[in-house]
Amino acid sequence: MGKTLFDKVWDAHVVTTAEGGIEILYIDKHLIHEVTSPQAFAELEERGIKLFRANKIVATADHNVPTIDQHLPIKDDLSRFQVNKLTENCAKFGVELYGLGHQYQGIVHVIGPELGITQPGMTIVCGDSHTSTHGAFGSIAFGIGTSQVAMVMASQCLLQQKPKKMRINVNGQLKAGVLPKDVVLYIIAKLSANGGTGYFVEFAGNVFREMSMEGRMTVCNMSIEMGARGGMIAPDDITVEYVRGREFAPKGEAFKKAAAYWKSLATDADAVFDAEYSYSAEDIEPMITYGTNPGMGIKVTDAVPSEDAFSGQESFNKALAYMGLEAGESMIGKQINYVFIGSCTNSRIEDLRLAAQVVKGHKKADNVHAFIVPGSKQVEAQAKAEGLDRIFEEAGFQLREPGCSACLAMNDDKIPAGEYCVSTSNRNFEGRQGPGARTFLASPLVAAVAALEGKIADVKPYLN
Amino acid sequence: MKKEFKELTATAVPLPIENIDTDQIIPARFLKATSREGFGDNLFRDWRFDAQGNPKADFILNDNRYSGKILVAGRNFGCGSSREHAAWSIHDFGFKVVVSSFFADIFKGNALNNFLLPVQVSEEFLQEILAAVIANPATELKIDLPSQTITLVETGKSESFAIDGYKKMCLINGFDDIDFLLSLKDKIESYEQQAVKF
Repeated sequence: MGKTLFDKVWDAHVVTTAEGGIEILYIDKHLIHEVTSPQAFAELEERGIKLFRANKIVATADHNVPTIDQHLPIKDDLSRFQVNKLTENCAKFGVELYGLGHQYQGIVHVIGPELGITQPGMTIVCGDSHTSTHGAFGSIAFGIGTSQVAMVMASQCLLQQKPKKMRINVNGQLKAGVLPKDVVLYIIAKLSANGGTGYFVEFAGNVFREMSMEGRMTVCNMSIEMGARGGMIAPDDITVEYVRGREFAPKGEAFKKAAAYWKSLATDADAVFDAEYSYSAEDIEPMITYGTNPGMGIKVTDAVPSEDAFSGQESFNKALAYMGLEAGESMIGKQINYVFIGSCTNSRIEDLRLAAQVVKGHKKADNVHAFIVPGSKQVEAQAKAEGLDRIFEEAGFQLREPGCSACLAMNDDKIPAGEYCVSTSNRNFEGRQGPGARTFLASPLVAAVAALEGKIADVKPYLN
Repeated sequence: MKKEFKELTATAVPLPIENIDTDQIIPARFLKATSREGFGDNLFRDWRFDAQGNPKADFILNDNRYSGKILVAGRNFGCGSSREHAAWSIHDFGFKVVVSSFFADIFKGNALNNFLLPVQVSEEFLQEILAAVIANPATELKIDLPSQTITLVETGKSESFAIDGYKKMCLINGFDDIDFLLSLKDKIESYEQQAVKF
C-alpha cells in the first residue's frame, strides 16, 4: 500500500516506538516565543537539564508586544517582564533570538517561512496551535503545550500517537474575489470546529496546487480551527521556488538534492486515508463568520441561520446572544466600527497588497477604526518599499509594527466590549479580541471592503 | 504540581456548554506570568466575573450549591489555542478530572502532562451525568484509572474510558515524559546520525 505525504514525513522522524505503540518523534525545528516558553526554561533549570540541541531552536517575541513605538520600553509591566525573560533565557541557554528591534522579528509563523527556517519534509513544533501554518510546505507542523516545549528542549523529541489521516480535495475554478481564507472558512463551516479532531489533514486538488505559498499558509494555518492537529500540502515547484535563496535554505548542490527529496514526498496514488472529503471550488463564495467558533461561517451575502448543524441549540443561542445577532438577520449592512488586518493567518505581503489594491483612492468610513499589522519586520519593510504605507495612510488606515496584536489582544490592541470587528485573524471566540469584543472572521478583501463601507458589504462592486 | 492519579470519588461541577475553548478557560490577557502557579484565580475569568471584577451570580462556579473536584462539560472541550495555561488553571482551581464527550487534541495532551485526567464518555452518558449533577449537587462520580471506568455512584451506572497505555502508566506512577525521553538519549543520537539532514 502506498504512503501519504504525512506518512512519509512522519516515518522519517520516528526514533523508536515505545511500549503500547507510542512513538518517539524527532523534531527538526522548534520555534519559541515569550508566552509559552518561560515555564519550560524554568523547568529545565530546576531539573538541571541542558538544551539538547540549542541550534534547532529559534525564538521571537510576538504575542505580547506593542504594535506602536516598539523602540520604546514596553509600558505594561507584566508584558515587559515576559519579553525580557525571553531575552534573558535565550542568552543564558544560547538560543537564536529575533526579538524586538531585530530586522527579522515578527509573528513566529510568518518569520519561519520567510527566513527559510521552515522547509519541506521537516517536523516543526511551537508552543502555539497555529504552528499548523508551516504544513503549507509539506512539513509536519503542530502546536504543543509548555510541558512539551520542555520535552523538546530536553531531548529534541516528543512522544506521539500517530494521528489518523484525512484528505480534503478542492477542485475546480475559484470565483473572482474568493481567497484562500474563504476556502478554509468554507471547509471549516462544512466540517465544524471539531470535524478534524484526531486527524492530520492533507489539502489536495488543483485549487491548492495553483495557490501561492502564502495562500497555502493561510489554509494550513486554520487546520486547527476544525480541530485537526495540522494540515499539509505536497511540496511542488511553487514550494521549491519559494524556499530557494532564503536566508536559511540550503544552497547550491545541497538545495538541488533537497528539492528532489521534497518533491518525492507527495502522496502515492494508492495511499489510503481514514477520511476523505471533496468540494467544488465553484460552490465557494466570500465567507464571514457570525458566531463564536470558526465553524460558524456563512457566505457574506447570506443571512444568519436559525440553527447550527454541529452545536446544540443552547450553545447556538448563547453564541448569537454574545454576538448580538438575530437568526434570519442579513450580514450585509451590519455596521462595524473596527477592522483588523493581520495575524499569522493574513499578515503577509500578498494580504497587504490585496488590501492596498482595494482601498487605493478610497477613504475608510468615518465610523471605522482600521488598522493593519504586518506579520514581520520584513513584511513591513516590503510594504513600505512598495509604497503600500502611503496608500493605507491616504485611505485612513493605520499601518502598525509587527506582532500578534488584536488576534488575541494580549497587548493594548483590544476591540472594546460590544463592538464589532471584521478581522482577518483565525478565532472568533468570546472575548478573543478583548473582553466583550465581537469578531467577524473574513478575508483581507472582505475586511478592506467593510472598512470602506463602514458595514459588512458585498465585495462584487470592488472587483475589477 | 505534578503528582499521580489512581482513583477519585467526588462531587462535580456541571458546565453544559459545548465547544468551550481555551480562551474562555483562561483569557489571553492572563498569560503574562512566567511561572505555572496562580492561574486558578482567573479560570473562566470572563464568565465568572464582570468587568469590575464582581462575581456573576448566574455562572456555575459562583453557585455555592455546586463544588467538587470534577468538571463536567459539553462536547469538544478545550478547543482553540495550545496554551497549557488552560490545564494549569483548571488544576490550580482544584479540579482533578474533566469529563466530556469529546476533547480537543492539544488540550487532552496538556491535561495528561499535568495530571489532570480527561475522561471521555459517550454523549448519552454525559447528558445523564449532567442531569444527575444538576438535579442533585451531592451526586458523586467515581473515576477509577487502573480499570478505566467512570461510575455514577448513586445508580451504579458505569462506562469505560480510553487512555493511552503509556500515559496511564505515567499517571498511576507519577512519571513524566522528560525522564523517559532522557533515558533514550543514545537512540536519539543514533537517529540523528542517519536522519535526512536539514
